[in-house]
Amino acid sequence: MSPVIRLLAQRISLGLLLLFFVSVLIFAGTIILPGDVAQSILGQSATPEALANLRREMGLNDPPVQRYFAWLGGVLQGDLGTSLTSGRDIASSMGSRLQNTLFLAFWAALISVPLAIFLGLLAVRYRDRWPDKLISGVTLASISVPEFLIAYVVMFFLGVKFRLLNPTAIGFRPDADIFAKLEMIALPVLVLTLVILAHMMRMTRAAILNVMQSAYIETAELKGLTMFKIIWRHAFPNSIAPVVNVVMLNLAYLVVGVVVIEVVFVYPGMGQYLVDHVSKRDVPVVQACGLVFAAVYIGLNLVADIVSILTNPRLRHPK
Amino acid sequence: MIKTIPMAAAVGLFFTILYFLMAILAPWIAPYGVAEVVGDVWEPSSADYWLGTDNIGRDLLTRMIYGGRTTIFIATVATFISFTTGSILGFLAAVMGGWVDQVLSRFVDLIMSIPPLIFALVVLSVMPVTVPVLVLVMGFLDSTRVFRLSRAVAADINVMDFVEAAKLRGEGRGWVIFREILPNALSPLVAEMGLRFIFMVLFISTLSFLGLGIQPPAADWGGIVKENADGINYGIGAALYPAIAIATLAISVNLVADWILNRTTSLKGGRG
Repeated sequence: MSPVIRLLAQRISLGLLLLFFVSVLIFAGTIILPGDVAQSILGQSATPEALANLRREMGLNDPPVQRYFAWLGGVLQGDLGTSLTSGRDIASSMGSRLQNTLFLAFWAALISVPLAIFLGLLAVRYRDRWPDKLISGVTLASISVPEFLIAYVVMFFLGVKFRLLNPTAIGFRPDADIFAKLEMIALPVLVLTLVILAHMMRMTRAAILNVMQSAYIETAELKGLTMFKIIWRHAFPNSIAPVVNVVMLNLAYLVVGVVVIEVVFVYPGMGQYLVDHVSKRDVPVVQACGLVFAAVYIGLNLVADIVSILTNPRLRHPK
Repeated sequence: MIKTIPMAAAVGLFFTILYFLMAILAPWIAPYGVAEVVGDVWEPSSADYWLGTDNIGRDLLTRMIYGGRTTIFIATVATFISFTTGSILGFLAAVMGGWVDQVLSRFVDLIMSIPPLIFALVVLSVMPVTVPVLVLVMGFLDSTRVFRLSRAVAADINVMDFVEAAKLRGEGRGWVIFREILPNALSPLVAEMGLRFIFMVLFISTLSFLGLGIQPPAADWGGIVKENADGINYGIGAALYPAIAIATLAISVNLVADWILNRTTSLKGGRG
């Protein structure tokens, strides 16, 4: 077996192992902590018999380990259980919401990733001059404010004061045509872009600066290579891995940002689903959503690892 | 030290101190009571109500001052918990090495593989949402980052000659950690403390905004946004004041943290 494939197999199995432990953690976290699910469904006035019946029905009397594996088995077969509050199947109500969330995240990523890399390069090119300082100042300001506040500021000015865009995404219909959908999510996409652009840009700038300050770039300059050739032959191949890492890290960050932004814009996605059911104390839904978010997060980090292995000859041919 | 303080850091320090003073002195400087309904709904700013009134007619300036008190208090306590747990465990892992280090580090890796907000939401779905619970959850989740930093810094210091000398002298583990490593690791940790504090302010504001943080009628910056968010659609910007407050506080603390980090050229820990 070639070393690359072995390394990749190692990483992927490590990721799966991590996901397994995360599922244990999410399940254990909701079991160990005090609180009685049956009580919260039936309310304080429930008779002891009704409580006992419900507990038996839901399998709450089984030992935790058995319950965990029953839950995990269900999850692996695509059965996420039923919601305590609405009694509906979680997997089917999550399906369309997950699609909506991915739709939102996809457009935010499509705009912010190229823009961040471009601005990062611009900041490096004009390092310590006004474009760099301007970009740094604006990004510092925008990472110092929580996402939901940026969202309200943008909503207030663009959505309400100047009426340029729809202030909320409440009228979003998944079956509408693509332009109607895009019009609905224009503001959320703008806000998400602003939020991750700042992080991504700062990190891209740092990653490229790091490469540009290496000894081999200086050597290439002293050899008399043109700027274009230096970037193409020396800087670019070496900065793929760090830049991809930055991008993946920020897409993972996007997963979390999406939760808050969906609540602000009343967008029917996973984030809103999760937050709604946390306040209703609907544990099965929260567990399922938590697991999905964690899986996406781990998956993106895994992709970053794999790309950096594939692009780095030092990792591809370990001694 | 005061004479050589750069302009940016001085401004940052000034605003940071101002905010903390406002938080401590809130009951004396706030013009009205925190839950006192004094006027109409969403009155514009006037001589009586400098920032106007909120969604049920409470004075917004009072709410902002008390809100700052809550937010800053919670962020401070959570940062304290995060730092004591994170740095003590991090130093222990670095000094003891072996299986203690392995177990702690892998556990931290595991916690960090779940986004903190998602983890907090999962925990808060079964726990009662009270201030002690919030502070503990935030503090422990964040201590993972402090753990990584302090472990890295301590591992660098741990191999230096003076630590070696102390060990050969027969000093115990407590002496090595508190008398040899801690003083040398203090600067990067203090700079990091500023960043963690800001993160805590953002974290508690986000939780309150989602309705899972500070419960009304107590005020905090995230909650003020939630309460007044409906006004946005009518063109009333009451929900935007916390944005200004959080941004100025965050930038000020950042400027101070940068200055502290720049003063310590050696032994820089990682940031982030």
